[in-house]
Amino acid sequence: MFARGLKRKCVGHEEDVEGALAGLKTVSSYSLQRQSLLDMSLVKLQLCHMLVEPNLCRSVLIANTVRQIQEEMTQDGTWRAVAPQAAGRAPLDRLVSTEILCRAAWEQEGACPAPGLGDGHTQGPVSDLCPVTSAQAPRHPQSSVWEMDGPRENRGSFHKSLDQIFETLETKNPSCMEELFSDVDSPYYDLDTVLTGMMGGARPGPCEGLEGLAPATPGPSASCKSDLGELDHVVEILVET
Amino acid sequence: IFFWYRDSSPKPHLVNRFCILLTADIISTVEFNYSGDLLATGDKGGRVVIFQREQENKSRPHSRGEYNVYSTFQSHEPEFDYLKSLEIEEKINKIRWLPQQNAAHFLLSTNDKTIKLWKISERDKRAEGYNLKDEDGRLRDPFRITALRVPILKPMDLMVEASPRRIFANAHTYHINSISVNSDHETYLSADDLRINLWHLEITDRSFNIVDIKPANMEELTEVITAAEFHPHQCNVFVYSSSKGTIRLCDMRSSALCDRHSKFFEEPEDPSSRSFFSEIISSISDVKFSHSGRYMMTRDYLSVKVWDLNMESRPVETHQVHEYLRSKLCSLYENDCIFDKFECCWNGSDSAIMTGSYNNFFRMFDRDTRRDVTLEASRESSKPRASLKPRKVCTGGKRKKDEISVDSLDFNKKILHTAWHPADNVIAVAATNNLYIFQDKIN
Repeated sequence: MFARGLKRKCVGHEEDVEGALAGLKTVSSYSLQRQSLLDMSLVKLQLCHMLVEPNLCRSVLIANTVRQIQEEMTQDGTWRAVAPQAAGRAPLDRLVSTEILCRAAWEQEGACPAPGLGDGHTQGPVSDLCPVTSAQAPRHPQSSVWEMDGPRENRGSFHKSLDQIFETLETKNPSCMEELFSDVDSPYYDLDTVLTGMMGGARPGPCEGLEGLAPATPGPSASCKSDLGELDHVVEILVET
Repeated sequence: IFFWYRDSSPKPHLVNRFCILLTADIISTVEFNYSGDLLATGDKGGRVVIFQREQENKSRPHSRGEYNVYSTFQSHEPEFDYLKSLEIEEKINKIRWLPQQNAAHFLLSTNDKTIKLWKISERDKRAEGYNLKDEDGRLRDPFRITALRVPILKPMDLMVEASPRRIFANAHTYHINSISVNSDHETYLSADDLRINLWHLEITDRSFNIVDIKPANMEELTEVITAAEFHPHQCNVFVYSSSKGTIRLCDMRSSALCDRHSKFFEEPEDPSSRSFFSEIISSISDVKFSHSGRYMMTRDYLSVKVWDLNMESRPVETHQVHEYLRSKLCSLYENDCIFDKFECCWNGSDSAIMTGSYNNFFRMFDRDTRRDVTLEASRESSKPRASLKPRKVCTGGKRKKDEISVDSLDFNKKILHTAWHPADNVIAVAATNNLYIFQDKIN
């Protein structure tokens, strides 16, 4: 659905698209490999969450790899600045959203960037977007590391593999919730935010579990979670009060 | 070194003493005790199996040095953290023996969250003739006792009992990767991804945090602790390695919180070999002091490095374990093998080092002669009592007979855990769920 919207907007630049598509074939294999490495890394970060706490060392190493790629792409200039309204929100050291990634690729093809507004804010049936993996509480900092709210997947992600990733996303970070309903093209796949969520700020001690739950998002997608998730949601509300 | 083959007859003296099949679970740690008479293994199912070396026996001369099962116990059980809705694996990450102080043996075993002190003791006598209870344990009616007797000790079949003596819990938010007993024999450290705690063996309800690298803003986390170890002789010194390939040596006398290192070991990066995987392959998976305490060894993905504690700028030795994998890093990243954590170990005299690889291969390096050998731990390739044949990986071009090409390597068969007897030329190699014990051939 969203991809259609994008194509519509780019109709006027068809010629450019075609020409750029031809040019795409000559895009260096290094860039393609780098992009594929980036995609693979993002997928790996998604798949970190399991019934058991994810391996922090592995996650950090993958995250660092993603940052490296991003930095290099920024220096290359292949990592174009986002649409003006988002420029203020995306400092160089923050990891970008798929939208920006896709836009960068699209821009290489010469088409105009098409920020995905409107459609992205539809909250689809949450059950379709829930992670299938496990009954774990999605909001636990160390478990659902790379999860974000489902609706965000509609925001311009026409990069196939990444689409699949984001179908299983849900966010825990309150600031992401605000972005969900804002008009700004803010990064919705925010590595830093996710890392924050993952590490949680929990301290060792008898109350660590509760502390870990405290910063979690009062997500609207609680209904699709298992009973365990709802329990956590309740506990979290109790903690926050 | 016992296994070095002469050039004329390429036959190492390393003999397959025997292979033990441990069913069910993947071995996750292997450790000899201080004398080498006991060998402990921990597995993914939370079980600990201890082997004991047979003593010299004139009636069975060939059995000298054989390791037989001595004790088996369930150390850790799977737990469920209800607050976090996560399972805590029962997998034993590390076992460390305590020096023996009496007839009983003590070891520390740890999973991701909890460390336990186990006492392993023998019982080969039992008392008979109690006054207050019958032989089957039932209490006797005191009024029916008309005479007193002295209980006598009678021999019984040897029974080895393991009992948990201390449980050190709730001190780690992240996954414990290392434990290390101090040379003072009273304290030990436990390290997780971001913190290191100091414990007293007698005290379970508190520990001191001595290293904390958790950033105030978790968004800034880029480095984790991967391993830690106490110096073998200096009880105030320990080291910890990181995922960025650095080692920090800390002195506990300098401050209570050892966030400032005394020494910082890092090899400058070779700019010509930089790739997106450079950091990942530089991540140190294991760090071990030499027995002498003068050197330490680190294992990263492709190599083993020996460092002189007096020189922080670069290692004094670098040994390539499987350099042929450098061109395969992308595939190894894809299948996650690049995150495999290989351990390494010294021999008793610090003249040789050993580490594992893929395809059930393991590598040994002689520091004096600068020679190295690749051997295989598999039942197909080694018959009991037969010498091990050196293996070779063909890196390109024509594959010679008996060589194996890089693409034929089985990356599911990884040897992550190896141990070397503290004095003798006996090694233990864990290949998935099999434990191999190899020994120098005694002519």
